Amino acid sequence: MEQDTLYQRQVIDRARAPAHAGSLDGATHVGEGTNPMCGDRVRVGLSLTDGGTVTAVRHETRGCAICIASADMMAGLAEGRSALELGTLSRRFGEMVRTGEGAEQVGELGVFAPLHQHRSRIRCATLPWTALMEALDGSKDR
Amino acid sequence: MDLSPAALADPIDALRHLRADFPILNEAVHGKPLVFLDSAASAQKPVQVIDAMSRTMRTQYANVHRGLHWMSERTTDACEAVRDQVAGLIGAPAREEIIFTRNSTEAINLVAHSFGSLIRPGQAVVISEMEHHANLVPWQMLRDRAGVELRVAPITDAGELELDALGRLLSDGKVALVAVTHMSNVLGTVTPARQIADMAHAAGARVLFDGSQMVVHRRVDVREIGADFYVFTGHKLYGPTGIGVLWGRRELLEAMPPFLGGGDMISTVRFEGSTWANLPHKFEAGTPAIIETIGLGAAISYIESIGFDAIAAHEAALTDHALRRLAEVPGLRVIGAPADRGGVISFTMDDVHPHDIATLLDRNGIAIRAGHHCAEPLMRRLGVSATARASFGLYTTREEVDTLAATLEQIRSLFV
Repeated sequence: MEQDTLYQRQVIDRARAPAHAGSLDGATHVGEGTNPMCGDRVRVGLSLTDGGTVTAVRHETRGCAICIASADMMAGLAEGRSALELGTLSRRFGEMVRTGEGAEQVGELGVFAPLHQHRSRIRCATLPWTALMEALDGSKDR
Repeated sequence: MDLSPAALADPIDALRHLRADFPILNEAVHGKPLVFLDSAASAQKPVQVIDAMSRTMRTQYANVHRGLHWMSERTTDACEAVRDQVAGLIGAPAREEIIFTRNSTEAINLVAHSFGSLIRPGQAVVISEMEHHANLVPWQMLRDRAGVELRVAPITDAGELELDALGRLLSDGKVALVAVTHMSNVLGTVTPARQIADMAHAAGARVLFDGSQMVVHRRVDVREIGADFYVFTGHKLYGPTGIGVLWGRRELLEAMPPFLGGGDMISTVRFEGSTWANLPHKFEAGTPAIIETIGLGAAISYIESIGFDAIAAHEAALTDHALRRLAEVPGLRVIGAPADRGGVISFTMDDVHPHDIATLLDRNGIAIRAGHHCAEPLMRRLGVSATARASFGLYTTREEVDTLAATLEQIRSLFV
């Protein structure tokens, strides 16, 4: 069988056993992303210090392997970063999955670079970031 | 045609020679031969259809119904001949009852607007739980616009219409129309049309069947099944996109107001008011899809040259084979088990998301559909957010189904 470079072990293992799944007790911010085309949904809860640093992130993801793995890697990367840094990372990640370029700028998220060849699946990987940005946006502060 | 004893004994192999008519089947996807198992979404086109459309544009094209010149008259004749073909295809008593639309969706919207305008507030329309959004949303819009009640007939876990429940929904005599699929695009269920029509009529209701999937696979006779309206689309029937059909009983179509206004649908036009053309033109405003209509005609000629006996036998044998092979894939669950079914099979495989299944199959040249299949309420009823769906055309082979099953097993081993 042809196995797509998109479905590397790293992605599949992360989707099967996510490290940051679940709801976050005492989350200061929450956000949600939904894809009406496929019914996938990502909920993100996070804690933000007064200085604007993310201290903890959890995600509840109903979706495909790409979506779950992307959410979980995002959650791991977000901890310890500022909202500003995450905004930049989100833009770079979005650019990379659309063009296949710039994988070196996004750390382990570079594993999703082959998505640019699967236009209909790009949204699966960016959905968690939509939820994260909504959470950081503060519009749904608890 | 292959008349060898083996081919005659095997209805799947009996159509194998027809693959040569579909140029696209020679294409490779990701370096693999295309295995096209998404015909329920839209079927591939035989060279007979492609050539007929190309020939029209090259040699015999002009606007229809209005030109006084040779080209217009010939093109009008060619289009109107397709109306006769469609009437023959579905057993319509009169050619004037055949209305060309853009697709099934537009045909249902036509009925929802036009017949719908005759339904009084307090009356009801019944649909089923397994309708495509095309046979659901137009009725919701009618409900919200006109105060018509929308009732939903449930299905069983096997994916069959619950006829007792349908009877109860009809029992107060308020139902004006029952609008249900003739074959589910998700479950493959073939509905008992005659029984549904008899129940509807006994309760004073009219009945519309969405035949988008059904006309592809079996001979349909609108009189035999007792339909009042029947709709289908050309592109699933090996024809082009942009051409669909509404058939309705003449007395209903005559009582209904026009849907779209414009050229071709009028008798006289004055600023003070206009009068409408006779059927079928009353419902065909504007320049029609001329080239696509001729393409539909070529598609009908093509399938009638094969014959529905051979097409239905191929599909039944192939579907049986597919259900057997898929049952052997560990963790695979076929959704629904209707007794009477067509060549559309929805499934899930353990916790592997249907989109992951579809992408990995695609890398192996296998095209299926994954998602909610334009039937979100049905997904909810089935308790799944999405399914993978393999669907067959007359060109589908046993080997393609085997390739699907083998590749699914390999995909599963990646995830489990």
